[in-house]
Amino acid sequence: MKILVCISNVPDTTSKINFTEGDTKFDTNGVQFVINPNDEFGLTRAMWFKEKQGATVHVVNVGGATTEPTIRKALAIGADEAIRVNAEPTDGFFVAQQLAEVIKNGSYDLVIAGRESIDYNGGMVPGMIATLLDMNFVNTCTSLEIDGDTVTATREIDGGKEKISTSLPLVIGGQKGLVEESDLRIPNMRGIMMARKKALTVVEPTEAEAATNDVSFDKPAAKGAVKLVDADNIDELINLLHNEAKAI
Amino acid sequence: MSVLVYTESENGKFKKSAFEVASYAYAVAQQLGTTVTAISFNADSNDTLGNYGVTKVLNVSSDNLKTFNAKAFAHAITEAAAKEGSKVIVIGSSTDSKYVAPIVAAKLKAGYTPNVVTAPDSTSPFKVKRTVFSNKGFAHTTINTDIKVIGVSNNSFGAIENNITATAEDFSPTLSDADFSTKSIEVDKVVGKATIADADIVVSGGRGLKGPENWGMIEELADVLGAATACSKPVSDLGWRPHSEHVGQTGKPVASNLYIAIGISGAIQHLAGISASKVKVVINTDPEAPFFKAADYGIVGDAFEVVPKLIEKLKEFKAQNA
Repeated sequence: MKILVCISNVPDTTSKINFTEGDTKFDTNGVQFVINPNDEFGLTRAMWFKEKQGATVHVVNVGGATTEPTIRKALAIGADEAIRVNAEPTDGFFVAQQLAEVIKNGSYDLVIAGRESIDYNGGMVPGMIATLLDMNFVNTCTSLEIDGDTVTATREIDGGKEKISTSLPLVIGGQKGLVEESDLRIPNMRGIMMARKKALTVVEPTEAEAATNDVSFDKPAAKGAVKLVDADNIDELINLLHNEAKAI
Repeated sequence: MSVLVYTESENGKFKKSAFEVASYAYAVAQQLGTTVTAISFNADSNDTLGNYGVTKVLNVSSDNLKTFNAKAFAHAITEAAAKEGSKVIVIGSSTDSKYVAPIVAAKLKAGYTPNVVTAPDSTSPFKVKRTVFSNKGFAHTTINTDIKVIGVSNNSFGAIENNITATAEDFSPTLSDADFSTKSIEVDKVVGKATIADADIVVSGGRGLKGPENWGMIEELADVLGAATACSKPVSDLGWRPHSEHVGQTGKPVASNLYIAIGISGAIQHLAGISASKVKVVINTDPEAPFFKAADYGIVGDAFEVVPKLIEKLKEFKAQNA
């Protein structure tokens, strides 16, 4: 089985978000970039398939050279090879078309992406890839078992979960549940040394246009101060929620 | 040329979000000088959509589509869009809607913007405002393609009454076996309880509750309020509560009218995930907890003393206001 894990390079979850150049660009100043958390759960599940079922695992990122430390981290966690499509990931449809090209050329059986990246929250790339390549697709995937070509998966739904049966070739939009938080791997020294020697192939983008453009950004208005209510005066809280906030 | 909206239903009954997306579609149709066509699946009382601005409903009645199937639903939606000549397709933000929307967009080579919070800034160019960076910012995004798919953020635009007479007609998309290559085997879902996605009120517990055995009062408070229960990331990581209750940047987003956080300190990732909620209340022993900076109302106090009192007082309030 040949697996491709799609990785986004995103600001760490603790990042303060600011915009620059007249509010037209995300300000990367002082921001630490990491593997998108939803992708990292998928990458760790891919390692399980590698170790238990002999799968080959490649990782891919669409981005400029600055994303290479994040790609190397994925190699240090255990991916066999990496591909970087040398283009700015301008919008979801553009990225999906780039990844579809990589998948077609590499004949992958399973494509693992995150259900969304935590930067632009598009949540569209896995579904678009699957549609462009006519592969099966399970979104918000929280468990994945593969036996031959037969796939049993679980997806999170509002208020519960759904068990799904499908087959390879398959694309998933993964998230926590594929593996637990405690199963995530921190690269060790040996992994980091080995990652330096693994192939990281840079390919030029295929011709595609972005379907959307972020013209400008702004931030939510600053909030007023909290109204504190005394712990012995619950009536006052209920009064405020009912008459002032009209929330109950 | 009508604006097409996918109105979600469950067991024949429209979800609350269906009325919101219909209202949104009506606002877009007004800007474009056209009408709204809805597509629904096995829904009863399709004419109620008229109350939210829908002129025509294409209702798909099919036993095959009693259970949601993303690929088949996407096929039906794109076929409806072709039939109506729709250039704008409006979809919601539920887990199912977010599953179906990218498939629809890719099939139609359409630009798709999820998490849209207001009616379009302009229609030429077509520009919408959406949340990005997990609600820490907004982007004003133009859609450059001929056909546009808009995902409306839950509880952002609201359901707005626009009395129009809706006419329903049966619609039978041409589905094949290939549309069902991904099959649902089993749905395991809490019935009769509000879910985080639909609830007006969400009651959420954090590590301050000390252990899963103390969740009884969280559930009781939620019952009194008709609320959904949720939890912080550490609580889900510790296995005290299921993943499906984890809210925050890497969990579910919350956009309820009222969010009550109990024993949650308010890490930046948690606050990002719940910031779309309209009114936030925090109960925490530590007055320095970051949540107090994000909340509208706060009580500095021990949850084990405050919450039982709150339950009792709310029961009295509900009895008086029933």
